[in-house]
Amino acid sequence: MRNLGIFFIRYYSFFLFLFLEVIAFSMLFNSNNYQSASFFNSSNKISGKIFSISSNVESFINLSIVNDSLSIENARLKNQVLSERYSNKINTGVYTDTSMSFQQYTYIQAKVINNTILKRNNYLTLNRGRIHGIRKNMGVICGDGIVGIVKDVSDHYCSVISFLHKDARISAQLNSSKDFGSLVWDGLNPKIASLRDIPTHVKVKIGDSITTTGFSSIFPENVMVGKVNSVSQKNGDNFFEVSINLSTNFSTLRYVYVVSDILADEKVKIEGGRIND
Amino acid sequence: MINPIISNTFRFLFLALLQVVVLNNVGLFNLFNPYLYILFILLLPFETAPFFVLLFSFLLGLSIDTFSSTDGMHTIACTFIAFIRPMIFLIITPRGGYEHQITPNLKSMGAPWFITYAIIMVFTHHLILFNIEVFRLSEFFITLARTALSSLFTLVLIILSQYLLSNSKKR
Repeated sequence: MRNLGIFFIRYYSFFLFLFLEVIAFSMLFNSNNYQSASFFNSSNKISGKIFSISSNVESFINLSIVNDSLSIENARLKNQVLSERYSNKINTGVYTDTSMSFQQYTYIQAKVINNTILKRNNYLTLNRGRIHGIRKNMGVICGDGIVGIVKDVSDHYCSVISFLHKDARISAQLNSSKDFGSLVWDGLNPKIASLRDIPTHVKVKIGDSITTTGFSSIFPENVMVGKVNSVSQKNGDNFFEVSINLSTNFSTLRYVYVVSDILADEKVKIEGGRIND
Repeated sequence: MINPIISNTFRFLFLALLQVVVLNNVGLFNLFNPYLYILFILLLPFETAPFFVLLFSFLLGLSIDTFSSTDGMHTIACTFIAFIRPMIFLIITPRGGYEHQITPNLKSMGAPWFITYAIIMVFTHHLILFNIEVFRLSEFFITLARTALSSLFTLVLIILSQYLLSNSKKR
C-alpha cells in the first residue's frame, strides 16, 4: 500500500494529465447533449458581454458597409410589396377565407456580436437569447441568404453553428429543375460551397440559383443560397458535384434573422424525433 | 523586478483576450490561423511545479474554448503540450544545463534553443488542435498543410513578440 502511494506521488503529473484530458474529451464528445457543459460556450454571460463591447467598436468601423447592405435589402423587400404592382387580375367573386391560413414562420432580428470565418469549424454569437424566444436548432438567415443553426442558448445570447462548419449539411435545390441535394462546405473558401448528390441526368445551368427546399423544420422554403459556379463529376461517380458561389457574405455579416417555425415540434415528432438540416 | 505570479497572471489574461477578440479573426485563405495564446505555456518559469503547469494550461485552454464555442479542443491540445514540456526540456538541454535561467524566453536562452523549443511546442499543439477540429481522415493532407502554415504564422508572432518586448524592464 505504501509503495502504491509512492508510485502515485512520483508520477502524479501523469495521472493529473490523464484526469484533465478525460474531462476535456468528455466535454468534446458530450457537447450535444450535456447540459451542464453548455456554460463553457460563447453564449454565456461573460463572453457575451466581452463580445458585445468588441463588436460595438467594430460595427462603428463597418457602419457604411452595413448601411449599404440594409438599404439594398429594404429596396428588395419594397419591390415585393403587392401595392407596388399593377395587377391584371379581375375579381371573379371567389372569396378566400383568411382563417384557413396562418403565418408559419416568424423572424427574430438579431445582431452578430462575434463571428469567425477562417477556421474549419466556425461559430457566431448573437445578442438574442431565451427571453426573446430563441430555442436550440432554429435556423438563422440574413438578407442575402442562409447563415447557420442555433447551437446553444442563454438568457440574452445564443451561439450559432455557422454554415461554414464541417457538420453543416443543408438541403438545397436547383431553382430551374427543383432537383435537390445536400449543401456542404469543404473548408477552404468562405465564399464557395458544394452541392452534392445531384444525379447526372439533370441539366445544371451555370448561374442558376440555388434555394433551400424547406424539407427541414429549420429553414423556410426558397431562401436564397447562392448561384451555380461550375459542375464537375468524379470518375465513376453517379452524381455531380456542383460548386456554388454563396450569396451570403459571411465576412461582413452584421444583422441576421432567427427563423422560428411554429410547426417545428409537430414536424420533428411525426418524423420520429430526428432533426434534419 | 515584478513578481512572477503577477506578470504571469497578466500575461494569461492579456493573451486569452487578444486571442478571442483579435487573433481568431486574423488569417489568410482558411489556412493560416495564428494561436499566439500558447506563448503563456511556453513562458512559464522552469521552476513551476508540473501540477501548476498542467492546471494553468487546462484553464487557459478552457477559457479559449469557452469564447470560441469549440467544446474542449483547445483544452485537449493545451494540456498535452503542458505535459510534454518537461520532456522537451530534457531532450534539448543546452550545454550549461538550466542553472542560471529562470524563464524559457528568447533573451535568456538564446535564439537557437528558444526557436527549437517553440517549433516543437507550437507544431504539436496545432497538429492536435486541427486534427480534433476536422476529425476525419479524408481531409488529412489539407489538415497537415493547415497545421504547417498556421504553425509558421504563430511562430513568427511568438518570435516577433519576444524581440519587441525583450528590452522592457519586465523581463
